[in-house]
Amino acid sequence: MSLNNSEIGGEAGSPVIDQVDTPAADTATARRSPLRLPETLSRYLVRGLALLAALLVWHWASSSGFNLFINFENVPGPLVVGQALTEALSNSDFYLHILHSLRRITVAYAVAVVLGVGLGILMGRSRLAEDIITPYIELLRPIPAVAWIPLAILMMPSEESSIIFITFLGALFPIVINTVHGVEQTPKVLVRAARSLGASNAAILRHVVLPGALPSIVAGLAIGMGVAWFSLLAGEIISGQYGIGYFTWSAYTLIQYPQIIIGMLMIGGLGTLCTLLIKWLCRPLLRWQVQEKDR
Amino acid sequence: MKPATKSTPESTIRDQSRAKENPMTSAIDMTRRLAQPPGRSSRAPGGERGHIEIRDVSVEFERSGDWVTAVHRAQVDIRPGEFVCLLGPSGCGKSTLLNTVAGFVSPTRGELLVDGNPVKAPGPDRGMVFQQHSLFPWKTVRDNVAFGPLMSGLGRNEALSLARTFLGLVGLSAHANAFPDTLSGGMQQRVGIARALANYPSVLLMDEPFGALDAQTRTMMQESLLDIWSEFGNTVLFVTHDIDEAVFLSDRILIMSASPGRIIADISVDLPRPRSQDLLTQPGFMALKRECLDLIRRETLRAFEQQNGQAG
Repeated sequence: MSLNNSEIGGEAGSPVIDQVDTPAADTATARRSPLRLPETLSRYLVRGLALLAALLVWHWASSSGFNLFINFENVPGPLVVGQALTEALSNSDFYLHILHSLRRITVAYAVAVVLGVGLGILMGRSRLAEDIITPYIELLRPIPAVAWIPLAILMMPSEESSIIFITFLGALFPIVINTVHGVEQTPKVLVRAARSLGASNAAILRHVVLPGALPSIVAGLAIGMGVAWFSLLAGEIISGQYGIGYFTWSAYTLIQYPQIIIGMLMIGGLGTLCTLLIKWLCRPLLRWQVQEKDR
Repeated sequence: MKPATKSTPESTIRDQSRAKENPMTSAIDMTRRLAQPPGRSSRAPGGERGHIEIRDVSVEFERSGDWVTAVHRAQVDIRPGEFVCLLGPSGCGKSTLLNTVAGFVSPTRGELLVDGNPVKAPGPDRGMVFQQHSLFPWKTVRDNVAFGPLMSGLGRNEALSLARTFLGLVGLSAHANAFPDTLSGGMQQRVGIARALANYPSVLLMDEPFGALDAQTRTMMQESLLDIWSEFGNTVLFVTHDIDEAVFLSDRILIMSASPGRIIADISVDLPRPRSQDLLTQPGFMALKRECLDLIRRETLRAFEQQNGQAG
């Protein structure tokens, strides 16, 4: 019986939620697991082992000169790459590359977030705006970043700004589309509830539409960050003097094979870190949703 | 069987000061003085607010090319402070009629007045309680209840203290910081009631508010609602398809029938108040219930025949 239960569990704060992370819950899962490890830890262990397995296969393939359709003869092994990585990490030029890439990402992504979320809200709330903007988005969205490079170079005042422009375009579309989707999914009953409580249109946008769209917007932000890196690298490979993309491509032209792999791993690592950062920054805003899942 | 009014041993051990009986009822003493809104002078003198006039109202809308009449020429006058149930089978237009009073739906014919003012849009003078899932999931329980006062221009501190009061009224003070999705269905509906009342509406509109609850919780919520209503004295328009619920709660039952949605009967319920679940077994209650049942059965059969006629 819900009413009395509520009184029993009625401590300050949110008792229902707190129970999820209590030690009691952890020991319960530990008892079930044959390794007697907390569930999250054992899952990360599996992920670590999966990566280790890939390293071993890579080591074996490159050291044995595997060549069956896919050729590993010219691919340096993990030990060689590791050695080259320690060398690169002690070289200040390497950090300059990283710094340049990060700066481009930051500028391009910030503009994409502001413009993308703004456009998305406008399109989600106004049918006219949606009808005007949608054709552009649908037409431009499938064009890959690489295809933009010639035009970007012709249009933008500097090489740097053309790389940032391409990066911005990559991030923009997923953010816009997810924002529109989130805004349009606002439950009607919540808008009605807010109206009958005296909320103005502006208040409904702020208190109902935006918070409701936030999970979808955050998903768009995370995807946008991934595509931003993708596009940045395309831009940096074709033009530019610094950046991880430039580093990777020049390693290829200079026949420095370990550096190619270092560049690739850096791109993967930095991209993942940036996406995690975005998710982590948005997490406090989605507290209500995380709790729902935990239940 | 009276599960609702007896407290469990656990709750008495945990909190001696609270909940001698129903926690919702016990908090009422505290809020008794709040039945008159503080510092809000725009109200008509005691108990005269909440007069609903539905004058020859029809609602029609287009559904896949056809014009459907959801409400056909409804004519009702609801006195201030009256508890009125709209009773009828699903799809008879009772929710549509409620939504016209709320201002969500505009009538295609006739006019609607609340306290003499034509209804044009939703407003805080008409509090609304929905069937379910109407709380803002991203706001804590306290912020949900404080939302109305905040929108009416109160400061944050004032709004929060009002929220505290009204959460006490529905017995949910301990859950002020929880998010709605962590609460049971019954608790969520109590938050919904507190949220609607926090604006001191002259009319409380309830759209099958207990329809999604289990039977035990529902009877408890009905008693609690009557307790709260007896303190606030506002007009209640309550939509339900549950005959027991309608007879138990109301002063007056308007029975609606489908296709087209018409009010076919206006039954006054002269059972004594305060009411408790004991009423459900008394002859007066049974007689009223039978009257409603017969009317609805006759109308439902007629509707079926009509539908069959159309199909054949």
